[in-house]
This record gives sequence, structure tokens and C-alpha cells, in this order.
Amino acid sequence: MSRAHLGLIAVFILLALVPPVAEALGQSSMIRLIGQVLILGMAAASLNFILGYGGMVSFGHAAFYGIGGYVVGMLYHHHDAGTAFLGIIPGTTQMLITVPAAIFVSGLAALLVGALALRTGGVQFIMITLAFAQMFFFLFVSLKTYGGEDGIMVRRSNELLGLNLRDVPTLYWVVLTCAAGYYLFLRRLVNSSFGQTIAGIRQNERRMAAMGVDTYRTKLLAFVLSGAGAGFAGALMVIFLRFASPDMMHWTKSGELMVMVILGGVGTLAGPFIGAGALFTLETTLGRFTEHWALPVGIILLIVVLATKGGIIGLVQRLFGGRK
Amino acid sequence: MSPVLQIDGLVKRFGGLVATDAVSLTVAPGEIHALIGPNGAGKSTLINQICGEMRSNGGTIHLAGRDITHLRAAERVSLGLGRTFQITSLLDDMTVRQNLGMAIQARRGGHSRLFDIAASRVKIWEEADEALAGSGLEGSAEHRVADLAHGEKKQLELLMAFALRPKLMLLDEPMAGLGHLESQEMIATLRATRGDAAMLLVEHDMEAVFALADRISVLVYGRIVASGTADEIRANPAVREAYLGEEDA
Amino acid sequence: MILIVEQFLNGLQYGVTLFLLAAGLTLIFGIMGVINLAHGALYMVGAFAAAWVTLQTGSFWIGLPVGLIVAAGVGLAMEVTVIRRLYARDHLDQVLATFALILIFNQTVTLIFGRQPLFSQVPDLLSGSVQVLPGLPYPAYRLFVIGVGLAVAVGLYLLINKTRVGMLVRAGASNRQMVRALGVDIGRLYTAVFALGALLAGLAGIMASPILAVQVGMGEEIILATFVVVVVGGVGSVKGAFVAGLVLGMLDTMLRAFLPGMLQGLMPGPEAQALGVGISSMGIYLMMAIVLLLRPRGLFAAGD
Repeated sequence: MSRAHLGLIAVFILLALVPPVAEALGQSSMIRLIGQVLILGMAAASLNFILGYGGMVSFGHAAFYGIGGYVVGMLYHHHDAGTAFLGIIPGTTQMLITVPAAIFVSGLAALLVGALALRTGGVQFIMITLAFAQMFFFLFVSLKTYGGEDGIMVRRSNELLGLNLRDVPTLYWVVLTCAAGYYLFLRRLVNSSFGQTIAGIRQNERRMAAMGVDTYRTKLLAFVLSGAGAGFAGALMVIFLRFASPDMMHWTKSGELMVMVILGGVGTLAGPFIGAGALFTLETTLGRFTEHWALPVGIILLIVVLATKGGIIGLVQRLFGGRK
Repeated sequence: MSPVLQIDGLVKRFGGLVATDAVSLTVAPGEIHALIGPNGAGKSTLINQICGEMRSNGGTIHLAGRDITHLRAAERVSLGLGRTFQITSLLDDMTVRQNLGMAIQARRGGHSRLFDIAASRVKIWEEADEALAGSGLEGSAEHRVADLAHGEKKQLELLMAFALRPKLMLLDEPMAGLGHLESQEMIATLRATRGDAAMLLVEHDMEAVFALADRISVLVYGRIVASGTADEIRANPAVREAYLGEEDA
Repeated sequence: MILIVEQFLNGLQYGVTLFLLAAGLTLIFGIMGVINLAHGALYMVGAFAAAWVTLQTGSFWIGLPVGLIVAAGVGLAMEVTVIRRLYARDHLDQVLATFALILIFNQTVTLIFGRQPLFSQVPDLLSGSVQVLPGLPYPAYRLFVIGVGLAVAVGLYLLINKTRVGMLVRAGASNRQMVRALGVDIGRLYTAVFALGALLAGLAGIMASPILAVQVGMGEEIILATFVVVVVGGVGSVKGAFVAGLVLGMLDTMLRAFLPGMLQGLMPGPEAQALGVGISSMGIYLMMAIVLLLRPRGLFAAGD
């Protein structure tokens, strides 16, 4: 286990060194790009928990990501306008409030969607999560007060304990810390009794039910935790980019998150982050050559799905016979 | 001591056909009771009624003194009724030890603990290792279930069923599909793991029946025609005629 | 009153389109157990093929059969190259593979036709109106679409209930193993079902091409509503697709037509408009939520 621990610490230090290295190389834009990858990795990791470990193919995950982001955006909007949400909740840009609020609200949304969707399974579950997510999209597009289609520009950065979050490196390090913390949280979760139960449900739900486990409630709890995690990522993204848009909730975003999960390797902890990096790199690199970058991405994705099992991590494992 | 299972005058009709004809049966605590009979005698029907998957038309069933005649299957399970199935259904990606641990965890509770470390739940793993010792699966503890042979899977199912510590275990043809060696291992596992559980065993494999059973009941055309110890049954002329006629054990 | 009848007919027309799409999709889900996100791509392909040919030749009646052939052909190609490999895979792989297909289709169509939408024309024969009620002239073409949709519904009913192939389809929808045990060439059955679904989707697209702007993304817009119809109607049930398609089509159309107006009384103009549109868009999803609460498997779920 110690080698894995050392590996993690090494990765963390490497990531922490990105700002000074990037600035020295004159590539400051890398800081923002890697920051986004870390946040998307968190969103993908939250999806991976119910997808890879729990076997629940949810196609509506972007909804919770977007809702988390919008909580931050809406709280900013009210803070800026001096109004209160629904007349009672005042706006704020305090990160220590906006982020937990985002986590709570997206978890709540996950509870509502999950309570209904988890009564079904198979293809129905996939379609229902997709449909509900799109419903949230339409809802937020229709709210003109919060920018409607155009979204919310968060002109003032959030505040955190007196840190200057307008300084990109500082913001990046905050994001990195959150990502690292979330990774450790997921690792603990996966190795807990709950994590084992969820894995058992993925492999054989009937067997688990026959042993007396309430599979519906267990899955619902996993779904809520996962949605809250996505909301955490969404909130961070809005704080990072200073922009919230309904596109965050569009079902194609859900698709992107799933692609990240599968590219990196379903059911592994580091996979989603690697997948996020891979997809993001692919999109930006291809995007430089052609505006039709989605075509090669689609082809690559198709090949990856049809030809491999286990994504990038699976490939690495097979090539080197070792474990990451 | 009151019996673990008491069936009185159980009746089941399918239209004009009487599948279970006023069957009365008791199983004492800790006893292994075998139910034998020719094909079509109504053994499966009887088992299904005891489990609660089929409603009876008359008579009563008592589990450890409690009337369970009208309870649903899941409720009977929570009252201490265990059952194995003919077709194995396990957690394929996990190891034998992990599967067993999962069953024990399900019984002990706490399967929704978010922040413990499953591997550190010492009591669960101790119990799992104890259950594996003496069974035919001890050597395969770290093997993935997907890699096991059919006979080993059946043994694991058995271990997991017993891990739930039922008062009464219903075994529906546990020897089905097993070769000679595997049957011997299954018998050993049954002996080693039953603990205090009483068992009602439906079986065709006579060798297993005579090796395990404390008492045997014979079911023919939905009626119990004889009930007693292995020797009594072997000597019973009606039984020999109806069932054991061809075999001279 | 006249307004209501008019919107009722519009709703019927939309509902019939949804039915055409949902019928194919529900059969594919029910019989092959495959979730095909790219079903909307076949709708788009049918629309593009028909629209382009119609614009080139000036005749919708040439565009129609060409569109059908192209849609069926593309569907067959899709089945043979990709979908076939997905039957044995788990749902995640199916979702991702068909998602990839959407990306590929959309970009390929953009490369061929550019980003400008195509505007096809209603055929001259049907360009007039019919006096459905006194004071209500209704576009003849839309009545034609409704007619075609209902005719297809009858045809599908006969196919599924009165033919041997239909029996296999019904059996397969509720019990895949049984069909295999009957010794039927499963591969051919699956291909045929998929091709049928592609044909229906293409037909829906062709019918819609003179009415809507034919553009990339039209498939995604309608596929979500189609999913809702399939879920509400019950996976594997064509009858469910019909009932749910029509009901949801009408619900959606009526909401969009009347809700913003109803809200005008409660709040200022542009906000009422946006909110009205928003809630109308959510309407069918809310309906789905209610149906699921009462019947988690949909209204007419096939099988167990």
C-alpha cells in the first residue's frame, strides 16, 4: 500500500507545482486548463461512484453538476443585486457558504430524482435520469431572472478566508485541495462497509436482497452522495470560470462525463481524473485543427467502447501487468 | 423442547388435484430431517408452501412456536427461515471470503456505514474464516467466485445461507448436479457449518440422505407414508415397495 | 373553441410523429434490450435526404421514397457495423457507443450539408387548407401527416397481431430466451426489427421535413420526448407508444399554446413568456414522473 501512497503524494506535488512551472514557461493558460480538468475529474468521479461501483447508469448527472453551479451563481446574483432569494435567503459570495449550499441543494435534487428513478432499472432508469436532467435544463433556461439561456456572469470572485481568489494560482490551489480532499473521501467511501454493499448490489442485486439488504435505500443513499459530489464540482467550476450556464446541465454534458469515466476506466478511483484529462486534451488539441473535432472524438470513443474493456487504465494494466 | 418446524394437516389443491394431502411433519431443534419420495410426490410444492411462495388451502405451519401460515416469504426469512436455491446466485467479482463476509455483514448490520473500513471489521472476517475452516472451500478462500467450479459455488451458497444463522434451513436438492467427490465435500460442508440450525432436506441422492439424516419422512402422492430413523425407513415394507423397491441398499 | 381544435390537431400531428419514433425505439429496447441514443439520427437522416432530394427535383413525391430508402439503408449499416456488437454488452457500453454515433452523425451531416438549415416545401397537392370546422381552415399537409401516422399505427397493429413475424416480435418483447429456443434466426430477426425502427424514424423525419427547419440537432430535440413516450407507454409495447405518444404530443402542444397566455395575467410579459415556455417544456417530464409514481413500469409494459 505504501507505494500507492507515495505515488499519490508525488502526483499531488506535481499538480501543486503547475502554477510556478507554467508561469516560468510562459504558459499561464495551462493553469486554468488543468484546474478545469481537476474539477471535471471530480464531477466524473462522483458519477463513477454510482456508475462504476454501483452499476447505476445515470444519464442525468450533469443536472446535479449544473444545479450546484447555479446555486453559486444565484447567490452571487442576489448578493450583487442586494435582493434575497424567495425574499428570505440573502445572497453571498462567501465560498464557505456557497459551496456547502451547492452541495446540499444538489444532494436534495438527487434525492428527488433518485427516489423516483430508482424504482425502475435497466433501460428505463437510463431514460428517466436523462429526462429529468433535461427537465432541469429547461427549467433554468426559462428563468429569465437568472440569465435564462445566457446564464449568469459572476463578476466578483467568491471569497475564502481572506485569500485573493482573483489570483489564478491561488484559485487553482484551492481547487487542487478540494479535488484531493474529494479523492480521499471517495477512497474512504469505497472501502467502507457501504462501499462494499454497493459493489455487491452492482454484481448481484437479487442476492443482496435475499440477504436482507434494503437495496433501494442503499442505492438511493449512493445516488444522493454522488449528486452532492457533482454539485460540489459544479460550484467549484462556476467559482473558477466565473460563469454559470444552463449548458452545464444539458444532457450532452452528462454524456461528456460518462465519456470521461469510460476513457479513464470504469470503477477505479483515479480513472475519472485521467479520463477528464484525456477528453479535455483531445477536445482542445483537435479543436485547434478543425471545428468538427467532435467527429474524431466520436470515432475514437466508438473504438474505445467496442474494442476495449476498462478504458485507459485497463489498457495500462494489461500492457504492464501491474496495478496503478 | 418445542419443535423448530411444525406442520399440521397441510393441504394444497390445484383444481381437482390434491398435491399436499393433510401433511403433518415436525422437525426438532438441531435435527437433520430428510424428505424423500418419488418424482411428482409433491416435495417441491411442500417446500414452496413452507417458504411462503405458495399459499396453502388448509392446515398450519409453525416456526419455533410461531404461526407463520399466513406470513409473506420475506417475513418468514426475518423470523429465521433460510433457504438455498438450485441455481446458484453469487457475487461473481468478489472472492469466496468476501462473499461470505458480505452475508455476515448483512446479518450483523452496519452495511450502510459510510466511514468505516470494511477490511477492518475483524469480527466479520473471523466468523468468515471460522465458517470456511472445515468446509471444502478453505483452500479457495481468495479465489474469485467467477472462477469456481459448480460444486464449489453450491457449497459457497450453502455457507452464505448458514451465515445468516437461520433457525431452520430448507435445502432443495443440494446434491443436484454434483459428482461423487463433490457430493462428499458438500456433505462435509453441511456437517461442519450447520451449527445449531435444523435442516429440512429434500433430496434424491440416497447416499447423502442416509449419511446425514437423523430422521426421514417419505412423501408419496402428497401424503406422508412413513416417518422415522434411517433404519426404520429402510425396514419399512410400504416404503420399500413404493420407493426403495428397486434398490437393495 | 376554434383555437382549441386547431391546437388539438397540432398536438395530434406531433403525437403521431412521436409515435413513429417511439414505436421503433420501444421495439428495439424491448426485443433486443439495446438502448439506442442515435435513433434520432435516423430521423435526421430521413429528413435531410427527403428535403435535399425534394429541393433538387422539385417534388416531394420523389423525396419521400428516396428518404425512406436512405433511412432504411443507413439503419441497416448502423446495425451491421455497430449495434450488432452491442447486444451482448451492458447498458453503459450501449449508451456510450450510440452517443459516439450521435457525434459522428451530426458532424458528418454538417460536413456534407453545412450549418445552414434546409427548408423543404410542402408538396403542391397538399399545400392548401381544409375546412375542418366552420371558420377553421387547417393545413392539408398536416392532416396528411396525421393520416399517415394513423395508417402506420393500423399497419403495425396488423403486423404485430396478425402475422407470424409479429408473433415473434411480441414473444421477443416479453421473453428473449423463448424466441431463441423456438429456433428462430435471432440475428435476422434483430436486423429486421432494427431496420423497421429505422424506417419508422426516417418516415417521421420525412413527414416533418416540410414543416420544420431541417438541421443538425433536430434528432436530439425530439429523441428526449421520444424516450419519455417509451417510458410512459412501457418498454416493448407499441400500443403504449401509440397511446403515450398521442397523449404526450397533445399535452405538450396544448401547454405551449395556452400556458404563456394564462400566465400573462399573473406576471409581466417577457417573464410570463419565458416561464410559460419553460414549464411547458417540463410538462411531459412531470407527466412521466406522475405515471412512474403510480406505475413504475409504464402504462402497458410488455412481459413481466
